[in-house]
Amino acid sequence: MTVIAQALPGDNISITMDNCTAPFWEAAREHRLEVPKCGACGTFRMPPRPYCPQCQSQEVEWTEISGKGTVYSFALCNRSPFTGEEFHYVPVVMDLDDAPGIRLVSNLVEVEPSAVSIGMRAEVAWNPIRDGWVLPIFRPTAE
Amino acid sequence: MTWEHADKTAIVGVGATEYYYRGQSEPRTIYDLIGEAVLKACDDAGISVREIDGFAYYSGASAGYTDKMDTADIMEMLGIPEVRFTAALTSGGGGSAGSIGLASAAIVAGSARYVVTIMALQQAKQRLGTVFAAAAPDPINSFLQPSGLVGPGHLMSVLARRHMHLYGTRREAFGEIAVSTRANAVNRPTAIRREPLTMEQYLEAPMIADPLCRLDFCLETDGAVAVITTSTERARDLRHKPVLVRAAAHGGRREWGRAFAWMGMPDEYFASAGNRPIADRLYADAGLGPADIDVALIYDHFTPMVLMQLEDYGFCARGEGGPFVESGAIRYGSGSIPVNTHGGQLSEAYIIGMTHIREAVEQLRGVAVNQVDGAEVALVTGGPASLPVSGLILRSE
Repeated sequence: MTVIAQALPGDNISITMDNCTAPFWEAAREHRLEVPKCGACGTFRMPPRPYCPQCQSQEVEWTEISGKGTVYSFALCNRSPFTGEEFHYVPVVMDLDDAPGIRLVSNLVEVEPSAVSIGMRAEVAWNPIRDGWVLPIFRPTAE
Repeated sequence: MTWEHADKTAIVGVGATEYYYRGQSEPRTIYDLIGEAVLKACDDAGISVREIDGFAYYSGASAGYTDKMDTADIMEMLGIPEVRFTAALTSGGGGSAGSIGLASAAIVAGSARYVVTIMALQQAKQRLGTVFAAAAPDPINSFLQPSGLVGPGHLMSVLARRHMHLYGTRREAFGEIAVSTRANAVNRPTAIRREPLTMEQYLEAPMIADPLCRLDFCLETDGAVAVITTSTERARDLRHKPVLVRAAAHGGRREWGRAFAWMGMPDEYFASAGNRPIADRLYADAGLGPADIDVALIYDHFTPMVLMQLEDYGFCARGEGGPFVESGAIRYGSGSIPVNTHGGQLSEAYIIGMTHIREAVEQLRGVAVNQVDGAEVALVTGGPASLPVSGLILRSE
């Protein structure tokens, strides 16, 4: 039987936010991937924090990015973190085409785990989670 | 130039409870375990518990991430009259080896005379292996936890994957660390896992976070260990041959500090154990190098992090950790650098780094179960974990 990596069930996933991180989640809820970029020196940073680690500025420009990227590293997991039962999911660390220097820790879905490799191309997809929020996840692209 | 305080402080006492499989220490309480370890350490040193006047913790003075150690409580429980120094390194297990440096700092500063370092843990309520999933995700953790990287081992699995990708490291290398460490535990009465392990058994073990299988993860155990540090001058009047603190360092670089939150590290840090800056300082302060180390007690929460620490500490070049361990280099009795002769956290017990300090002391006193012939210099490491990570070089007098 072919195994396909799943998104973790959104009913089990909660997030919290503060005034620095909220714009990321507000955009994700509308299926847009936005990341913070320093308003002074242009350095991207993630997770969103109140200062630019490069120049210490507090100016920030929330920047929409394409959601295309490359798998930098990954793990293959076969047990649900919620029930311990068999469940196949793939945590990934993603390099992002339009935001060099930052990465997203996410999941890769719609793929056979055995086919996942570093360097694989992927694009953002969306997983609805608790309280009406939406989590960015990734799926492979043909390119 | 070597550190001006090299060899001026010494470990003089070590005490430990028995090691229990996770949850088996109940109905004893965490303070019961702490008391036993401290009293045994005092007895080992040949001092009265009333002489302890300093506490140097790590992991923010937490006891296994869910309990706290409180100095006043310990003083009241054991009848310690006065404390002159009580402090902790921040964060988690990364500071284990460095806590002896904190104790030394208190002593050379003249703040305290007999400083105790303690770790105790019980895991009946919360297993450390899934500690992240149990925590309510704070705003920063909300960028990590939803991915299902549920514990430290899951985080390490993506670092290990990157090392395999960059350098061709094989699972057999991680397996050799598990197998050789187990071989060291077979004859130890203190070890939780004593049955021999083969590479075939390793390769058949269930995967947890591929590329890591169950045997790449350390044990989940309960217990307590206490270590007493004092001045070398005082140490010479005590029960055992002093074990001198040659050098100690804790800290690390921002590039590694990112590891446990957002995985933003550049490649040279991502596929590493974050201990290279510690190794550089430690060797410079000690006036020693990797060739001078007779036995290495390497923090082994996950096998790939042992391999990457061997690289960080210069026992082999970056990227060559796989072939290095597969050559048999870390085997007790036949390898060039015996590693975790006590069976480590993988096979003996996991007390968040303290068993490595205990083993270093036994090796340098010449009384270890798996004694390295003529061992004079021992390396102990802490972490790899969120900063600080740490290292310690001890030597016999």
